[in-house]
Amino acid sequence: MAESSTTQKKPTGIRIRFEPRLEEPPKWYPLVISILALIVALILGGFVIAFAGGDPIRSYQHIAKASLGSIGVISDTIVKATPILFTALACSVAFRMKLWNIGVEGQFIMGAFGASAIVLAPVLGAETPRWIFLTVMAIAGMAAGGFWGFIPGYLKAKFNVNEIISTLMMNYIAIAWMNFWIFGVWSEGGFQMSPKFPKGAWMPRLLDFAGSNPDLRGLTTHLGFIIGIAAAVVIWVIVYRSRWGYEIRLIGDNPQAAKYAGINIKRNIIYVMMLSGALAGLGGMSEVTGVVHRLQTAPIASGYGFTGIIVAWLAKLNPLVIIPVSILFGALILAGREIQPSGVPKVIQGTILVCLIASDFLIRNRILITRGESGE
Amino acid sequence: MDPIIILQAGVASGTILLFATIGEIIAERSGVMNLGVEGMMLIGAMTAFSTAIATGNPWLGLLVAMLAAGLLSQIHAFISITLQGDQVVSGLALTFLGVGISLVLGEGLSKAGTVSLLPSFTIPILSQIPVIGPIFFTNQNILVYIGYFLIPISWYFINRTRPGLHLRAIGEYPAAADALGINVFRLRYLYVFIGGLLAGLAGATISLAVSPGWFSEMTTGGLGWIAVGLVIFAQWDPFRAAFGAYAFGALRRLILDIQGPTMIFGLANPFYYNPYLGFFLQMLPYAFTIIILVIGSREAMRKRIGAPAALGKPYIRGERGQ
Repeated sequence: MAESSTTQKKPTGIRIRFEPRLEEPPKWYPLVISILALIVALILGGFVIAFAGGDPIRSYQHIAKASLGSIGVISDTIVKATPILFTALACSVAFRMKLWNIGVEGQFIMGAFGASAIVLAPVLGAETPRWIFLTVMAIAGMAAGGFWGFIPGYLKAKFNVNEIISTLMMNYIAIAWMNFWIFGVWSEGGFQMSPKFPKGAWMPRLLDFAGSNPDLRGLTTHLGFIIGIAAAVVIWVIVYRSRWGYEIRLIGDNPQAAKYAGINIKRNIIYVMMLSGALAGLGGMSEVTGVVHRLQTAPIASGYGFTGIIVAWLAKLNPLVIIPVSILFGALILAGREIQPSGVPKVIQGTILVCLIASDFLIRNRILITRGESGE
Repeated sequence: MDPIIILQAGVASGTILLFATIGEIIAERSGVMNLGVEGMMLIGAMTAFSTAIATGNPWLGLLVAMLAAGLLSQIHAFISITLQGDQVVSGLALTFLGVGISLVLGEGLSKAGTVSLLPSFTIPILSQIPVIGPIFFTNQNILVYIGYFLIPISWYFINRTRPGLHLRAIGEYPAAADALGINVFRLRYLYVFIGGLLAGLAGATISLAVSPGWFSEMTTGGLGWIAVGLVIFAQWDPFRAAFGAYAFGALRRLILDIQGPTMIFGLANPFYYNPYLGFFLQMLPYAFTIIILVIGSREAMRKRIGAPAALGKPYIRGERGQ
């Protein structure tokens, strides 16, 4: 790997060389590299803000204050983190198998649609007890999202259709599908949204308990976050402690070996796509019952699926690490809404992802710094 | 609902996909999969439009668009070629970055007013040919005509020239190419750059010729991703890519036109009387992409042809096997 393009000559005679790592790096090392990459990305993002005519330091101060400054905004941050938690989990299981499910956005939308259909079709009446309502809506959301994941999974297993493109196309189809229902069938008085759900179909929020505990007044954090954490733990157990998880990891790391070990790769492709879609669908259900309380395009299809990709990658696909990382991104999105121009948070997200994959190089390779003219 | 007009507009709109698809074919033939096409196209569309507004010169806009997208592509080249990073994630990151930067720099551009566009004209003799004349050679933009030339040129370059042989070699078996003294790294950078130039050209084709203006993310509306899908359908062949691109362009136009008339095939037009059904028409290009992917993938499985062997794999010198 002493290739010229990666070798830099410093005028002082110090040579920096990169060599492929033969042994696993220490456990703390990837974490440190990721954090460094994040810092570099935020600095680069600062340049973008400055270039777009803003003040980077004040923007970041604003992000910190507007997302973590008080108990109220921390609650708001968690509300924003909840959908990302689900979409990042959905990405992590699929990516673990090197199955590039870019369609989490669409599966999230279909989950929101499936859950809403229970209220709007209506399948259950407005007087249904809350726990029945929410259980049925969660199942419907997971089924709809899982179905949306099943289609590209089946096409991949059966016809070897590239899942990157097919899942992405499914996103656009999901948006048009949701719009058909919002604009046409369930429109409330011609507006581009469905009627509001009855209270029984709302996820319990902290402020619901403000009667007995006044500190909780105004806090909109909802049960979806707890469900998300539970889901993260379940996914962690599945991926790292179960036979199925072992198969998923083996297929991801070495499909040839998995094949020789007699693992049914095609079946796993379909199952993992369905699991991934169901997780995203549950996220859509959580968002629609916990925050929006109606089916509406803008708050549902606002890119949580794509943020999930970055969060999953930043967390190195570890479901438990995804929890804090999604809170971090919840903060970024919450505060980023007020940053002008509106594309800035997207640029920062893109920069973070670029720096992250660039930093992977430092995990796979050792850095050798030698003095003198030649290190050979 | 005149079929000639639909096909004529389809060729124009298909030119966008043609440029982007051939660009991606060239990059992928060299072994680098660049999923950032959507982002590069958006950068191209934005810079083309804003440069044309600022200078009044659409040609300058075209040039800046190509260079800007080419520059963006080099981020992907650096990560995937030099740093040997994951090409899928790197390409996605490039799309995020391209979309974000275009939104930031394109802020307010949608209200910027009109701009002088690239010229359209009719080719004197060729336009007299029945059917083909009106579809391909009547009142088309100059970029459409450039597209006609690009198809055979790129095919000839890939399949019949020495640099084209090197291009295929580094995509199929980079270690052998390296042993023959071909600089795999430098050539891959070059072809990713060319892919970027063409994606920028595709973006400029939107904003300065086919559907002029800047409509933020909806300027491309997923066309970059459709182009990546078309590459698979085209099996990395420019002529098949052209067929797919023009067919897609016609489909996009058909979707717009089908909602106009009150009667269709002698029956009441459901899309006219219930405009909400238009959402199903909107799904068609994306559903169609999936369908052609199925067709392309099945054919590839049957004929045992497929992607360039080293596609998506970083070339590491001295590693066995590749």
